[in-house]
Amino acid sequence: MAKHIGKQTMVFSSPVSVLETAVTVGTKEGAGPLGKYFDQILKDNMAGQKSWEAAEIAIVKQNLQLLMKKCTAKPDYILSGDLLNQCCASTYGIRDLEIPFFGIFGACSTFGEALSLAAVLVDSGGAENVIAAASSHFCSAERQFRFPLELGNQRPPTATYTVTGDGAAMVSNADKPPYITAVTTGKIVDYGVKDSSNMGAAMAPAAADCIYAHFCDTGRHPDHYDLIITGDLGYVGKDLLLQLLDEKKLDISKQYSDCGIEMFDRETQDTHSGGSGCACSAAVFGGMLYRKLKSGALKRILFIPTGALMSTDSINEGESIAGIAHAVAIESEAVKWNI
Amino acid sequence: MEYLKAFAVGGLICVIGQILIDKTKLTSARILVLFVVVGCILGGLGWYEKLADFAGAGANVPLPGFGNLLAKGVKEEIDSVGALGILTGGIKAGAGGIAAAIVSAFAAAVIFRPKEK
Amino acid sequence: MENIKQKYSQMVKKASPDSPILKNCIKAFFVGGLICVIGQFITNFMLTSGFDEKTSGTLTSVILIAAASLLTGLGIYSKIGKFAGAGSIVPITGFSNSVTSPAVEFKQEGFILGVGAKIFIIAGPVILYGTLTSVIVGIFYYFLGR
Repeated sequence: MAKHIGKQTMVFSSPVSVLETAVTVGTKEGAGPLGKYFDQILKDNMAGQKSWEAAEIAIVKQNLQLLMKKCTAKPDYILSGDLLNQCCASTYGIRDLEIPFFGIFGACSTFGEALSLAAVLVDSGGAENVIAAASSHFCSAERQFRFPLELGNQRPPTATYTVTGDGAAMVSNADKPPYITAVTTGKIVDYGVKDSSNMGAAMAPAAADCIYAHFCDTGRHPDHYDLIITGDLGYVGKDLLLQLLDEKKLDISKQYSDCGIEMFDRETQDTHSGGSGCACSAAVFGGMLYRKLKSGALKRILFIPTGALMSTDSINEGESIAGIAHAVAIESEAVKWNI
Repeated sequence: MEYLKAFAVGGLICVIGQILIDKTKLTSARILVLFVVVGCILGGLGWYEKLADFAGAGANVPLPGFGNLLAKGVKEEIDSVGALGILTGGIKAGAGGIAAAIVSAFAAAVIFRPKEK
Repeated sequence: MENIKQKYSQMVKKASPDSPILKNCIKAFFVGGLICVIGQFITNFMLTSGFDEKTSGTLTSVILIAAASLLTGLGIYSKIGKFAGAGSIVPITGFSNSVTSPAVEFKQEGFILGVGAKIFIIAGPVILYGTLTSVIVGIFYYFLGR
């Protein structure tokens, strides 16, 4: 049974496995440095549809079907979310799959939220297999949050580039490594950043708060992990996160990285501060991180998808951008927590 | 010489816009509004016309030139029809540009599909 | 909390790279200047074709607007804009781009509620405040100017 420790962490002593993952990404992501880790790369980001929203829906559907083809375990629930108004991509993407569905929203931290809740569902015995998934699409996100794609404007150097794709994982009680051993659920942290083209800066305080809480609650040392990787802070957010943790006397710089930084090559792909969006952390986890955990190249990781909780209305009305982050510890051996 | 003046003045007006974008994080929609309003006020005072006499298209093609056009239109209309010109002059002068934008934008919407950047 | 926010905003300022303003300005200058030169060329052509000054000016605007619309539809104007920044926002062609881009983008939502309702999502404020300012200019001119 899961146990609550410290302020905001749950630990799992019975095995909660990540049984399989599937990742579908767009053309730019496929051409990036992580291209070889993805299951499916679209030839056209329209995915044969008439609109960007329909394209994202098709990507969700294709990717979840792929996951269920790769893995015969029958899912009892799907936990999925995205950035479109009222989580439309998830809703319509799974419409035909006939699987019980919890729609969730955590902006770009959605995949961390999905993994955390999936682990709880499986650990509780309420489900045997649960799909955790998240999607985003550059074009539908630009259209919803910023400007029409054809508008001739420049993106500032602090801006990030929304990842097109869907990442999904089958969380299961089948006793197979790697395992989800702990989750630290983040609080909303808002340091008053209002610049919606500097999301990394808006989310870094939430990530710092969550990572710090994880180490306080578990009593672990950063060296316990081979890799500590945030969702989509980008280059700007990375700098700020390390500074904020430094003030708390926590040094993770040795094993730290960010999915948004890993996703694109900033020199050749013109992505400024890095990748972002729900699919950024989901695709990097389901692609590179999961495969490395399987092969043994990584043994213990702390994975922290980060989200900027805001809407275009809240920004127009002068609200600042509230950040959130959810840490999930994934390890190749189950842990017996002595608590 | 005429072309050189148009190039230099038009370029400089754009540089002012670029500095505003990079320094103040104003979005392009706000820049457009600011430039038209400023052009209209300067036009009302009769100052922008002097720049237009000097630089031709260099002053008329950038958006302050559109603002100036509205101001000029209002003044001319007031001169010919009186008080009603306060309301009708501006839009009347801008009608060509606005209608051209509407017609060509609509045609583009009929013909083209959105593209990725 | 206010203290933390203030301190953090300093940190953010330091960590965020500035836009390459000099490079951007040079690019904006050349592209913006070039668009004006093309405008001057069209105006001169109209003048020599026998149109009066006012008509030539209007025709210049119309031609530039139509050309920018076409380039927007072809997906070229957004590329010019990425390079030139304000150089292609400030000229009348930028106004045209800001009308055409939502028209094309929101076509998916239909011709009434998509194209129709959203065509002025960016340029609407320009027309609103331009017209308002012109009315204010007119009031001053009517009572004081003549």
